[in-house]
Amino acid sequence: MHLSSDQVILWQSGFVKLNLTIVTTWALMLLLAGGSAFITRRLSTSITISRWQSVLEIIVTMARQQIGEVGLEKPEKYLPYIATLFLFIATSNLCTIIPGYEPPTGSLSTTAALALSVFIAVPLFGIAGSGLKGYLKSYIDPTPIMLPFNIIGDFTRTMALAVRLFGNMMSGDMILVILLTISPLIFPVLMSILGLLTGMVQAYIFSILATVYIAAATRTREK
Amino acid sequence: MDTLTIIAIASIVTAGLTIGIGAIGPALGEGRAVSSALTSLAQQPDAASSITRTLFVGLAMIESIAIYCFVISIILIFANPFWNHAISQAGGR
Repeated sequence: MHLSSDQVILWQSGFVKLNLTIVTTWALMLLLAGGSAFITRRLSTSITISRWQSVLEIIVTMARQQIGEVGLEKPEKYLPYIATLFLFIATSNLCTIIPGYEPPTGSLSTTAALALSVFIAVPLFGIAGSGLKGYLKSYIDPTPIMLPFNIIGDFTRTMALAVRLFGNMMSGDMILVILLTISPLIFPVLMSILGLLTGMVQAYIFSILATVYIAAATRTREK
Repeated sequence: MDTLTIIAIASIVTAGLTIGIGAIGPALGEGRAVSSALTSLAQQPDAASSITRTLFVGLAMIESIAIYCFVISIILIFANPFWNHAISQAGGR
């Protein structure tokens, strides 16, 4: 039993290693991008729209509403990034229903990459929103003594994002494997249902936390 | 007792204690969070969606502490660097 799908190496030449995590991520990217391109081939603004288009509209509208409720005034600027985070993590966690599938978010490399992208995106959005000086001034909010704590807090919350998602997905996988060896099939099925629920909750948590961090970085102008 | 046995004993005991003690705090915290969420839901049912969303976000933050302990425990059992190093040393000799 391997700890994560990083250790299953499918192909290797020299120092370039293609492990299961990368291949699964590519398959997910193909699914998301190809599915969206297929659905949005013929967008229509009339009253009757196809089912798949309404699915996409529901997702986009709900994401926009959630981002607006966190406190960002123009959700459209942040919608592509946040919704992509949510869709990737949600799809990766939902596909655990397919037998033999190991979620790429169950490996620390994927979750660390996602958390690093949030770590880079927060200053980018902050500087785009309030300018360089406004963003740097948010670090000495409310008093300059808080400066080291704010900087350390930036790093630890990035790490917390990565480990939270990794721990939740890996634990779901591992409990399933361990239970399958010692109990009849009904208990692993129940744990698998719980795993689906926590997967969706963790996807939502990741995107909402990313939104909150971006909102905290861009809120300095209004105060 | 040689090094291998000491490492094994320490890893096993620590793994058990980590997850055992580490799950107490988050469980108590989550109980309090859900209880106060239920109280405020009973007092203001029409703010239910906002309260529920905040509750889930708060629960995930509290849960991550237990997840940290679980990750340490799993690393000690399945990907223990001290054990792997000692095994490779014992095997090489």
